[in-house]
Amino acid sequence: MFPSLTGFDGSLFDQFRRLQEEIDGLFDQGPSTAGIRSVARGTFPPINVGATADKLEVYLFAAGLDPKKLEISLQQNLLTVAGQRQAPPSEAAIYYRRERFNGEFRRVITLPDDVDPDRVEARYRDGVLHISVSRKESAKPRTIPLN
Amino acid sequence: MDRTKEVATRADGALQREGRAPQIVLRPPTDIFEDAEGITLQMDVPGAARERLKLQVNRNQLDVEADARIDMPQDMEAVYADVRATHYQRTFALSSELDAERIEAALKDGVLTLRIPKRAELRPRKIEVR
Repeated sequence: MFPSLTGFDGSLFDQFRRLQEEIDGLFDQGPSTAGIRSVARGTFPPINVGATADKLEVYLFAAGLDPKKLEISLQQNLLTVAGQRQAPPSEAAIYYRRERFNGEFRRVITLPDDVDPDRVEARYRDGVLHISVSRKESAKPRTIPLN
Repeated sequence: MDRTKEVATRADGALQREGRAPQIVLRPPTDIFEDAEGITLQMDVPGAARERLKLQVNRNQLDVEADARIDMPQDMEAVYADVRATHYQRTFALSSELDAERIEAALKDGVLTLRIPKRAELRPRKIEVR
């Protein structure tokens, strides 16, 4: 799915400093600067973020949510997703494993400054919440003609 | 703890037995609970659809495999990734009082639910004290 994710381009991370702490490989290399909104590894739901020339694509891997109860907001460049997942209580059951997330969650994702808060789309399919945020026209790369 | 039976022990290491190329495998978080009629497994496999799900019972071993597929623009560059793989795999050892022939599976919004009934003759009976 993410073949391009294995070849990380380090420079991209500069914009996403808050995420820095979570990136594989940085852990054992001494102290690193944690973004002010970064969260611990393993926080539910896991998130992937990708960028194209005109959009930012955010994927939240959150199975079993009720889309109606999701709260998605974008203020300036801060994307907030909040929701809850409650396991139905099964009476008279003995639990052997409880590894799945249960409860309320809220994740805040710092996007680059050039996002357009008025053009956001979100859809939920097969347990993946995909939020697509357009970038401002002025921020798109332009080809400059040589005279 | 004495009620915990070895109904669903993990049997990792089954991963490369078919000589497949080594692959990063996600181990989906799973809830397992038991009631009088059987055992229920619930697994988070976000991105997996029914046609990319493989369930197999081999002797007393239950294999679950799934592939997540996410729609992504061709020219997308990764900026940040918690999830670095798309293949889910997990194996559980069943126990003999479970009826593997009658496992029921349902997949909804990325949650796989497996219901494994106990054999009828082995369901607990209440014993009257006279």
